[in-house]
Amino acid sequence: MIAQEPTLKNRPEFINVRIKRQNGPGQEPYWELHKIKYEPEMNVISVLQRIAAQATTVDGKRVTPVTWDCGCLEEVCGACTMVVNGRVRQSCSALVDRLLADNPDEIVLEPMSKFPVIRDLMVDRERLFRGLQRVKGWVPVDSYYDMGPGERQLRDTQEQNYPLSQCMSCGCCLEACPQFLKIEVPRKEGETDEQYEARKYAEYDKGFVGANAISQVMLFNNHPTGKALAKERLDALTGPGGIATCGNAQNCVAVCPKEIPLTTSIARAGRATTVHAIKKWFER
Amino acid sequence: MAEKRVAVVGGGLAGLASVMKLTELGVKVDLFSLTPVKRSHSVCAQGGINSCNDQTRQLGDSEWKHFDDTVYGGDFLNHQPPVKEMAMWAPKVIDLMDRLGVPFNRTGEGFIDRRRFGGTLYKRTAFAGATTGQQLLYALDEQVRRQEAEGMVRKYEFWDFLRPILDEQGNCRGIVAQDMVSMEIRSFPADAAVMATGGCGLVYGRSTMSVFCNGSAASRCFQAGAKYANGEFIQVHPTAIPGADKLRLMSESARGEGGRVWVPRKAQDPRAPQEIPDSDRYYFLEERYPEYGNLVPRDIATREIFDICVNEGLSVEDDRMCVYLDLTHIPAAELDRKLGGILEIYEKFQGVDPRVEPMKIFPAVHYSMGGLWADYVKSSDNGLEPGAPENHMTNIPGLYAIGECDYHYHGGNRLGANSLLSCIFTGLFTGPSIVNYIDSQPHDAVSQELLDSARQAEVDRHQHLLTGNEGSQENPYLIHQELGDLMTRVATVVRKNDQLSEALVKVDELHQRAMKVNLSDTGGWTNQNVLFAKALQDMFPLAKCILKGALQRDECRGAHYKPDFQKPPLTAEDPAERRRQAEAWCDEFEANNERYLKSTIATWNADTMQPDLTYEDVDTSSIPPRPRLYGLVGADIIEEVWKERAKAKAEAGQYATT
Repeated sequence: MIAQEPTLKNRPEFINVRIKRQNGPGQEPYWELHKIKYEPEMNVISVLQRIAAQATTVDGKRVTPVTWDCGCLEEVCGACTMVVNGRVRQSCSALVDRLLADNPDEIVLEPMSKFPVIRDLMVDRERLFRGLQRVKGWVPVDSYYDMGPGERQLRDTQEQNYPLSQCMSCGCCLEACPQFLKIEVPRKEGETDEQYEARKYAEYDKGFVGANAISQVMLFNNHPTGKALAKERLDALTGPGGIATCGNAQNCVAVCPKEIPLTTSIARAGRATTVHAIKKWFER
Repeated sequence: MAEKRVAVVGGGLAGLASVMKLTELGVKVDLFSLTPVKRSHSVCAQGGINSCNDQTRQLGDSEWKHFDDTVYGGDFLNHQPPVKEMAMWAPKVIDLMDRLGVPFNRTGEGFIDRRRFGGTLYKRTAFAGATTGQQLLYALDEQVRRQEAEGMVRKYEFWDFLRPILDEQGNCRGIVAQDMVSMEIRSFPADAAVMATGGCGLVYGRSTMSVFCNGSAASRCFQAGAKYANGEFIQVHPTAIPGADKLRLMSESARGEGGRVWVPRKAQDPRAPQEIPDSDRYYFLEERYPEYGNLVPRDIATREIFDICVNEGLSVEDDRMCVYLDLTHIPAAELDRKLGGILEIYEKFQGVDPRVEPMKIFPAVHYSMGGLWADYVKSSDNGLEPGAPENHMTNIPGLYAIGECDYHYHGGNRLGANSLLSCIFTGLFTGPSIVNYIDSQPHDAVSQELLDSARQAEVDRHQHLLTGNEGSQENPYLIHQELGDLMTRVATVVRKNDQLSEALVKVDELHQRAMKVNLSDTGGWTNQNVLFAKALQDMFPLAKCILKGALQRDECRGAHYKPDFQKPPLTAEDPAERRRQAEAWCDEFEANNERYLKSTIATWNADTMQPDLTYEDVDTSSIPPRPRLYGLVGADIIEEVWKERAKAKAEAGQYATT
């Protein structure tokens, strides 16, 4: 039922899939070529499922199934981000017919390069969630009891907030960002969970927080109760790894699968932090 | 006193709501999830969340009517006290989520906008575009992150729940879980454990559910002695996009916003849908169900679409089954505002713009209405007793079940936009119950021996899977495919006893084969192969509950439909004869309820590797059961007879007590 690409006249019998694999953190990556039968309506997930079931490379060598991360397969959960044919995207919505139209010879799958590889195509994106903690991305309500409805909101406000609230923390914007650099913190021997986490977070907090978190600041600062923490969030953005790090490359907005107006958020956050800094200077 | 600590397994709406409430009550929580909780399957819920509201109230709606719609829609299989409590709480849940920042769609004046969903005549459903589940989940995720920053929550993401730890008295004292990255298996002591692990769609291979919804956590509790109830009630959603890797949901909200379902009157009409004039279109739901139209309850819509394709041969395509779901008559701007999210999914995965061309859709497995059996305490007004420790506790003391993985609220068929409500409601409502349970316990430390032996059992299982089946050729992925195909064929829309019996034998075979899988990856780092094999093995006990439960239930109720036991419509034209038929119909209905208006309760028998089934009466203390008559010929006269009988019964009851 997928509308087939008209340019792709002769459907291949087989598809070549080249995968960049890595057995664990700190290990050398290597390439592996798999060949699977072409079926109509495949996406990269079904390609990986076929490879898992067959677990044999093109030259007949038995190998372990490729490890990857996925969840909903409808582009809402954000789990299956990877680099497909050189472009970061969700692998569930990467349709094979389209990929073959671009490159009929093979499909190339790589893990994201800005996050530590766990194994093969699976990466550790904890830093992304730590970023949300860093900017206090929540509404600080008093309690979870029934206190009646929230404040009335204009449709305009809802329509401004809704797209920002669709961010699924997939990490595409970070992969594409020239200022977001990989931070890998290997665990030391004898370290407890708590010690390791503290050390890791300290490292993460020095790095650029990224477009997704900046956009969340604008979302919560635009909420009637959320804005109670507006100053703290802007403080977080004025510090090291904050908004000043952004080089305005605009790559983030170009790759966002949810078309979230990230650069608009960044511009608004830039203005807000400037005003905030001046105010603070006067309050001294 | 020692620090109170609860293990919550599952980070969807129910799990997160539970964590949020427990931490507010001062309890520390260890939260376990197969995936970062922000990616839990709740993000996929699209349409909305129900509650009686200021607008519907003025049209005569009430919490009671929401309660009644849920019970009637569920074909009276729901225990009524929990449903009543949920309906009463619904407006509070919406208010809280609004306060937490969920961007619900607004009316021009700034109030929360509402839409209609199936099985009701009121606009009860609050929504945030067509990604309501995502927005609700994020709001709860944010609160839990806030609690995490406060030091109240430890998140164990990419951890697989393996078993509850039971002490000599049979109380739950913690859980065993496995790190999916390092493969480390560890025991976690806890004062109570909460299962909030969702449905078991993966038993059917392809469904609308996420890959995490494999049912294995519920199955592991079941195999450890927890009861499993109403397994055979699996909802098949009427509208989904068929796909090779999964079936993608097309929300009921598409119909709630005016979407129309139709097929060309001529089989496989070669014209493009837009070129087919109205007179050549068969809007079968609107014709067959004038009152509810496209918004009949899901079980009805599913069967009608199935019927149109299979029995009437009117599928839009000749080589595969589908019907049109048409939104093209609605202005594109309005569609984008209210349904943007799902239209994008269709566009992205099908390459067709549903604003211009009708979508092609077909039913798909969607929701497990059955699940872990859970207790409750009824209050004096036939709701739930707040704070009673038994609320949502399984038959294992200290082990709770909430959300989709328990069996309450939805009965034989779930009303749209009630699932999000039931998840958040159970998460919030059970908080004080769990705290009261913990406070009633002696609080002695869990013995190290107990923790070690539970852990060791799982280490052994893991090790056996890696190396125990040398020489075997069984591949877990291929067995899973076979299981899914079989279950989809025999245990979805239409069920037949001979097929179910055959399937039970076949599933037994597959189960034995699955216990002997040989893995291509025997490594000790992020071994998804072995985790999948384990999950696969644990799908079988649930698959057997579904099949055996369906086999033994010789009737039609909600999502469970056996044509061989369907009650025929009235045939007589003569009023007196018609009346007599209606009387007979009602007699039969009563007799059937006598026999089958019961929850199926399964217990696992490890010796036979089969579930043993017993039955439990349904609490119908608030609303007496009545026939569910959508679209039946003669429904009017049957209803008349039924009302007379009900009245007579009520009067008889009155005389008896005075």
